[in-house]
Amino acid sequence: MKLLARGQWGPGAVALSLGLFLIVFLIIPVGQVIYVAFQDPNSGALTLINFIDFFNTSLFRESFINSFYVASMSVVLASAFALPLAYFTTRFNFGGSVLIQTLGVIPLIMPPFVGAVAMLLLFGENGSINLLLGDWFGINIPFMQGLNGVILVESIHYFPFILINLSAALNNIDRAMEESAQNLGSSGARLFRRIVFPLAMPGYVAGASLVFLKVFDDLGTPLLLNINTMLAPQAYLRITSVGISDPMGYVISVILVAFSLLALWTSFLALRGKDYATVQKGGGGLMKRDLRPWEKAGCYAVVIFILLLVLSPHFGLAILSFGTVWSYSVLPDGFTLDHYFRVFSTSSQFITNTLLYAGLAATIDVVFGTAIAYVVWRTKLVGRQWLDFAAMGAVAIPGVVLGIGYLRTFYAFNVPVIDKPLASWWVIIVIALAIRRLPYALRACVAALQQVSIMLEEAAENLGAGKRRTVTRIVVPLMSGGIVAGFVTSFATASVELSATIMLVSAESDAPLAFGIYEFMQSASGRGPGAALGIIAVLIVGIATYVSHRFIERRESERTPVAAATAGV
Amino acid sequence: MFKKIHRRALIAGMAIAAVMSVAASVPLQAMENKLVVVTSYPPDTTETVKKAFEAKHPGVKVEMLKKKTTAGIKFLQETAGNNTSDMFWASAPDAFEVLKGDDLLQKYQVQVKGIPEKVGAFPINDPDGYYKGFAASGYGIMWNTRYLAAKKLPVPKTWADLATPVYNGHVGMSAPSRSGTTHLTVETLLQGQGWDKGWAQWKAIAGNFKTVTERSFGVPDGVNSGQFGLGIVIDFFGLSSKASGFPVDFLYPPITTLVPANIAIVKGAPHPKTAAAFIEFLLSPAGQEVLLDPKIRRLPVNPATYAKAPEGFPNPFKDSSIGSAVKFDLQLSKSRYNVVNSLFDVMVTYRLDDLRAATQAIQAAEAKLAGKSNPEAQKLVDEAKALVAKLPITEAQASEKDFNTIFKKKRKKATTKVTGRQAEIEQKWDSEVKANYVKARELAEKAASMI
Repeated sequence: MKLLARGQWGPGAVALSLGLFLIVFLIIPVGQVIYVAFQDPNSGALTLINFIDFFNTSLFRESFINSFYVASMSVVLASAFALPLAYFTTRFNFGGSVLIQTLGVIPLIMPPFVGAVAMLLLFGENGSINLLLGDWFGINIPFMQGLNGVILVESIHYFPFILINLSAALNNIDRAMEESAQNLGSSGARLFRRIVFPLAMPGYVAGASLVFLKVFDDLGTPLLLNINTMLAPQAYLRITSVGISDPMGYVISVILVAFSLLALWTSFLALRGKDYATVQKGGGGLMKRDLRPWEKAGCYAVVIFILLLVLSPHFGLAILSFGTVWSYSVLPDGFTLDHYFRVFSTSSQFITNTLLYAGLAATIDVVFGTAIAYVVWRTKLVGRQWLDFAAMGAVAIPGVVLGIGYLRTFYAFNVPVIDKPLASWWVIIVIALAIRRLPYALRACVAALQQVSIMLEEAAENLGAGKRRTVTRIVVPLMSGGIVAGFVTSFATASVELSATIMLVSAESDAPLAFGIYEFMQSASGRGPGAALGIIAVLIVGIATYVSHRFIERRESERTPVAAATAGV
Repeated sequence: MFKKIHRRALIAGMAIAAVMSVAASVPLQAMENKLVVVTSYPPDTTETVKKAFEAKHPGVKVEMLKKKTTAGIKFLQETAGNNTSDMFWASAPDAFEVLKGDDLLQKYQVQVKGIPEKVGAFPINDPDGYYKGFAASGYGIMWNTRYLAAKKLPVPKTWADLATPVYNGHVGMSAPSRSGTTHLTVETLLQGQGWDKGWAQWKAIAGNFKTVTERSFGVPDGVNSGQFGLGIVIDFFGLSSKASGFPVDFLYPPITTLVPANIAIVKGAPHPKTAAAFIEFLLSPAGQEVLLDPKIRRLPVNPATYAKAPEGFPNPFKDSSIGSAVKFDLQLSKSRYNVVNSLFDVMVTYRLDDLRAATQAIQAAEAKLAGKSNPEAQKLVDEAKALVAKLPITEAQASEKDFNTIFKKKRKKATTKVTGRQAEIEQKWDSEVKANYVKARELAEKAASMI
């Protein structure tokens, strides 16, 4: 058997370079970190003793249980936020659906540190809400106490993953299914439970597993809320302590990675063996029903309540950025614009750096995402799935692990011309961001590619177009909606990432926004400017998202006749 | 074709420009025009000093690389083979000791005159000449005045006050393993009161903790926003928060030590002359005055500078009650650095819930016992207190060299045999400590039920 069929040399070379990139910038650095976990701390020999120590240590067992509990409860709470929003906006004729969907994505764009700070000021034991409750009713609700706080902050932050995926899935359900069920006499809650929700299951599971995974790995939130007894903080605390190259930190990293992969695999298993594809598109999307006035009022009340809650970190942040001194009071003592002036006069390089890094990283992501998607789904190259697995595996690598791996691997490597270690060159931050966000872009690109009929490519090739021409002129333009979606997700999340960048920033002039916020938040007079920088980050990402949505819409409307023709083929 | 020529010309031009700029900068001034400082200080401090320094030496560009002290050490260690940093600038002298021990610092002789030998009971400069003190820092208590007023709490005066039941659930602190300054605070009390009494005191205070923060700045942050009322912090956190307008205040308790905050040149620094100029500037009258900036508020080491300080600013060269009660032994601190960190984490940070439960039970029993005579119950309470205070190791063991290597994990040679692993030992301590806390709680509850 020939390894490569004719006409596969081009894709083969592309696949090879992609594979090489992933090996150099993902597998080797992570391997460097993981390796320590298998070393005897005293002799340096290979051993499993560290893992035995892990399971023998009650603190680690407790941390493991806490992490698991927090991740599970966050999925539950995030579902409670996402379900009504997704259901109401896709199923009923509902004024402001687009606005609600857009606002529902904003919580994902929460710069690190400031979000939890704002939440503490609002919901903490002596935060605004509890101060008011204390004044009015003499009660104090422990929203932010211990693990509760982590669950609340995490589920607000990550619930958009469920919202986006679930809405997409609900929109894709074949109306004929619902009509058949109704003809057979099903309606209301039963219809939802037996027909609609099961059909939307893939979207829900995809979103929920992502939430579980992100929460399980998340470091910033528990650290900021001073919760130490969870796995990710334990790993971080162990690794960053003075003079201790303690293997346990690395052991925990390995366990984090393994467990995250397991969660991905479980979600994959849960969906396997069931066919969710709908045979024919009968107009697409659920029937939209008009609501009775009182129903409408009820739905709006629920939606507004949820939106207020999930956007509260942003409200808190905005107040903080305009406030003077906010201490043990419902609102700040006064309001000012000084923080913004200070940020613009001293820290504009953070903003330009972020645009540059996140822009480059997202570009790399969509280029690689498209290439990987094409190689995996359109070629018969041996081992092509491994590209997909490796790239997706990045989703399970905690940022700290990647950061440490890069320091270890690339410090000895000097970049020619600039004569600086690769690990302290700003480009390494871009690469880290690109690797960390590649899975998001990849999924979007795969979804987009799957919607492009292969027949169109065959037609192009029959007409004499070469592979490259087919890809660049036919496939990529048809995928553009998905590619832009991938770009936006990568860009938005990359621009507020901190966990890997904090390890890699080696000069202030190279630092991105998230790092700048972190720096500001380390001093008493920096809280306001830090919040102002956070608001700027949210605005940048918001504008970028809006612009690309407009772009997609325009492309969609231009392409509508083509799409109709495709459906007819 | 045209394009190619163009590009070549560009490259050649760039190369010439680069050569010329190098050639031009060397003879003009002896100083290099760049400086990279690894520092643990917030931008408020670094930006202000940087501006002042750059104003004095136009043409020099200072880059401040912000790392937490512990991460900064790690960074310098990991990058030593290919060093790009010129200076290390941080508070904790023990951090500098670690770097000195690893042979990562460069000796330097200061030219500036007028800096005394000692501040409080502590020598300002490293006796071996590797690092220099540029400011003094003491440790104390900061509190939120609104919080104390709302909860009707008195202002504490001593460390022991913080252990009294009124402050239960109102105190915050960072962990010594997370913050070099916090480590000094812990060590100061251990040296000031002795190993056993010191730890008993810490655990009694920790029983009143609301939280143990991950960052040292988490403490002033929590007090400033009113998440908790009182915090154990380094002075400039309290003083600068107050200067930033927060309703907070700060005091030095009697048992505190003044420790110099330091700066040193990194071995193999790419810009050694500028680094030297930076030290000279920091110690000059102009540099010392920058420390009084409301956003910085650190104690200058030049006594003359205090003449320009605002009213009420503490002056350790005049007020001998600040920082003279304890003579801080740096070698002792160094000998048990990691063990103290680990002990604190095992006994306090990670077992805070159990410790708090035990403390609350004891405080409740003592409140019931107050004014009554019940020797049997008193005995149980005393037993409970002893159990909480109990330590898994002795002072001698904590400083033992072999024992410390388990926590250091820096294998010099593959043949160096170390028995025991940190995780193993910590687990042993943990189960012991946890059992003690649970038992203490039971005893205290039993005592309360007898009254």
